[in-house]
Amino acid sequence: MAPAAPPSSALSLRNVVALSGRFPLLAGVDLEVETGEVVLVEGPNGAGKTSLLRVVAGLVPVSSGRLTVLGLDPARYRTSIRRRVGLLAHASHLYDDLTVRENLRFAVRAAGSDTSRIDDACQRLGLTGRLARTPAVKLSAGQRRRVALAVLVARSPDLWLLDEPHAGLDASARRLLNDLIAEATAAGATVVVASHEPELLATLATRSVTVTGGRVTAERNLGAAPAVDGPVVSVDPMVADIPVATTGTAPTSEGVAHVA
Amino acid sequence: MWRDTLLIAGKDLRIESRSRVALSQVIPFGVVALALFAFALGPARGPMVKGAPGLFWVAVLFCTVLAVQRSVSVESGDGARDGLRLSGLDPAGQFLGKSLSVAAQLVVLEAVLAVGVVLLYGARIETYWVIVASCLLGTAGLAAAGVLYGALSAGLRVRETILPFLLLPVVSPVLLAGTRIWQAGLSGGTVSDATPWFHLLIAFDAVYLALGVVVYGPIQEST
Repeated sequence: MAPAAPPSSALSLRNVVALSGRFPLLAGVDLEVETGEVVLVEGPNGAGKTSLLRVVAGLVPVSSGRLTVLGLDPARYRTSIRRRVGLLAHASHLYDDLTVRENLRFAVRAAGSDTSRIDDACQRLGLTGRLARTPAVKLSAGQRRRVALAVLVARSPDLWLLDEPHAGLDASARRLLNDLIAEATAAGATVVVASHEPELLATLATRSVTVTGGRVTAERNLGAAPAVDGPVVSVDPMVADIPVATTGTAPTSEGVAHVA
Repeated sequence: MWRDTLLIAGKDLRIESRSRVALSQVIPFGVVALALFAFALGPARGPMVKGAPGLFWVAVLFCTVLAVQRSVSVESGDGARDGLRLSGLDPAGQFLGKSLSVAAQLVVLEAVLAVGVVLLYGARIETYWVIVASCLLGTAGLAAAGVLYGALSAGLRVRETILPFLLLPVVSPVLLAGTRIWQAGLSGGTVSDATPWFHLLIAFDAVYLALGVVVYGPIQEST
């Protein structure tokens, strides 16, 4: 019954391995995220950033290791966790035949959230007037992204998982996104952002972690936090790059050659 | 669970009201199938009246496959299935909601096909409540089994072709019972002959509704 992780821990992964068939998506991830943090997840394509977010969101099961989300075990409290976690993925999770407003209303009601926040979310994301009545199929990629963001804003989850959130957004929407992240953390939410554009989050992120070959291979403090570098990590490039994804079994920690 | 059921059913029916796939494609397909059966049997009225119950249910079964495929494909675009999983909705509610939506579409289809059977085949309905009850019970079972097997095939690239292969043999008890009950409900039939077939339909419904409520979640998570 009691949460396995301390109450201040929003996210705890200990040696988490996740597989897709025999293919290791995560190969022993260790990561602790405190409540209220904005953690930037960096890494090359195929490193496991998206997989990390999908595992935390509960879309990919944990094969071994220990995961707690918002202090709860996802294996036991899947539904409770999902109602408190919001994922902005590459896909917008919209129904083409429903209008913007109908999509928002369905997503918010499905999560059991208060529908009174929908109007405010639409205002913030500029989804008003005729656009609110437009079927999702007629939206541009950037507009779909804004609707997906509006769902997050209206739902107001405790843990925001953002996968390349700036992709497809124009300059003003990117600034708005950063404002929304800042407001969410100010309200007590925790944000984990996977991004190839770390400079866009430079003023927001409290910490950056680098994922390589399905593992966290480095991390450092950022932003308002004391400018103290995290552990210096050197990674064996032979393990960090391709071989992890082709062995079919979860690797050990041999890839991290030295942690000082 | 019931709140989630209504939410999902409302969403699916709203999507159907916009896309009109059932109205413009599934129902016309059923009517065309009935007409083709009539052509195949020839102009003589006797074989058509005799075969009407079976041909009605065969047409309903084919249309069920289309309706279920549409129900699955609604969730396959733009990561909607992941969105549904992440929503925190009760899987049992999702199953019942999708079944309710498919069933609502099938009831409309059956009403149209029943008129078609009367007009095209010259069949005369003697005992209406028997016909209506068989349609309602048969629809519940077809929708429940269809949504369950639709979920099983949802993650497959070959779902369009594998769904009929999985579903049609499984729902053959509905075809059998529905046909026998219709024979009893049409002119010349005996209502008491329908009783054991009603029991079969009720059992089929109970099994698939219960099974769906229990296993829809695990299926959804694993496909």
